[in-house]
Amino acid sequence: MTVRAIRVIPCLDVDAGRVVKGVNFVDIRDAGDPVELAAAYDAQGADELVFLDITASSDQRDTTVQMARAVAEQVFIPFTIGGGIRTVDDARRLLMAGADKVSVMTAAIKRPVLVTEISREFGAQCCVVAIDARRVDGSDDAFEVYTHGGRTRTGIDALEWASEVQRLGAGEILLTSMDTDGTKDGFDIPLTSAVTAAVDIPVIASGGVGTLQHMVEGVIDGGADAVLAASIFHFGEHTVADAKRVLAANNVTVRPPN
Amino acid sequence: MSTVKAEERPLLAVLDYGIGNLHSAHKGFSHVGADTRLTADRGLINDACGVVLPGVGAFGPCMRALRAAGLDEVALDRIGAGVPFFGICIGMQMLFAGSAEAPEVEGLGVFAQTVQPLPDTVKRPQIQWNKLNVHKKHPMLNDLGDEAWVYFVHSYAPEVGEEVIATCDYGGPVTAAVARDNVWAAQFHPEKSGATGLRILSNFVAYASDAAKVAA
Repeated sequence: MTVRAIRVIPCLDVDAGRVVKGVNFVDIRDAGDPVELAAAYDAQGADELVFLDITASSDQRDTTVQMARAVAEQVFIPFTIGGGIRTVDDARRLLMAGADKVSVMTAAIKRPVLVTEISREFGAQCCVVAIDARRVDGSDDAFEVYTHGGRTRTGIDALEWASEVQRLGAGEILLTSMDTDGTKDGFDIPLTSAVTAAVDIPVIASGGVGTLQHMVEGVIDGGADAVLAASIFHFGEHTVADAKRVLAANNVTVRPPN
Repeated sequence: MSTVKAEERPLLAVLDYGIGNLHSAHKGFSHVGADTRLTADRGLINDACGVVLPGVGAFGPCMRALRAAGLDEVALDRIGAGVPFFGICIGMQMLFAGSAEAPEVEGLGVFAQTVQPLPDTVKRPQIQWNKLNVHKKHPMLNDLGDEAWVYFVHSYAPEVGEEVIATCDYGGPVTAAVARDNVWAAQFHPEKSGATGLRILSNFVAYASDAAKVAA
């Protein structure tokens, strides 16, 4: 017998240690405080958290390390930090501060061995590779890796890159469709199912969740091991507990909310 | 979350043998009210009313680092003295005779079984929350509610032996928690298991605190 529990993961954007892009649900005193928001999502039943660091200036990166430390002191569920991690040393600082995983994207495309270095040093379970992909024009089964929020093409095939990062030592893939991201029309199921079929490591589906049923589709049709969403949770439309109830009602195993 | 009063904060020693991130366990125990020190100091460890052996990464490097720091002897001494002792993740695995992950490296041998890979029929490592199936009533598992879900990150686990108090289902029953006398151990990460995990840490702090009062 095997329990395979699907994880529900809220994603928070942080800039210089503060949560940005408006989070607004009840009982939040400071919508920019990562610790308070993390605790609120923990209370709702979030299985993990992802903090996406959009800090532009590298000399403000210390604030992200401080944020990781503050979150780890108060919130006792796993969390990942992604954005701007270029070296093993960047990863080490975040992991030593209390992050459970780091997510790399652009730096891994520029220098793929970074994935191996992080995985060897800290274990594959710490090493998430984020892949932003778009459909090749007119295609339903060819996807290209993009960087810079979907603006910059890399010429790399997304399915080949997914297999490659697994071979390099990634423990998990955070897959975002740049076609569906922000649309609220649901995950890109062809992309998600193609990537989950191509690799053995867990895949977190991201980009496009507008309803709780979209999460069910991501798991059942897309084969995702985890579903990540931002706005659907941040604006109080739905709680993580709501999402889990809908998943469970569709025979998806989840850790029950408290 | 019930925590102990400030004036009663029991001293816990988290054994510091110089590997990776041992801070999470430390933070978790502090959060539930223990005066927690990440330390290799013999005097401090001897004064502590509870000792925690954390561990992350792989069995071989952890065991070697523990020996290099001389803390293998210290751990066995405290266990022998009856001091409440809690091994977490690789810290649990090190309490066993050895591990298939590093057959050339001896474990502490507190528990007789060995540590074996998870079955090859399932994804390894197991990185997920899983439900505890309770085999024996034990203070570690007090007040966890009807269903206790905890967070696992591991590729190996001890063989299921008679000291098992809880398993999870992952390609068959997998050892999740064991206990004998003053020694508690968990394959999962209570310090990353939300309110359920904090309850488990709190249960240990309560046990250590009570044991110290009895001894005094």
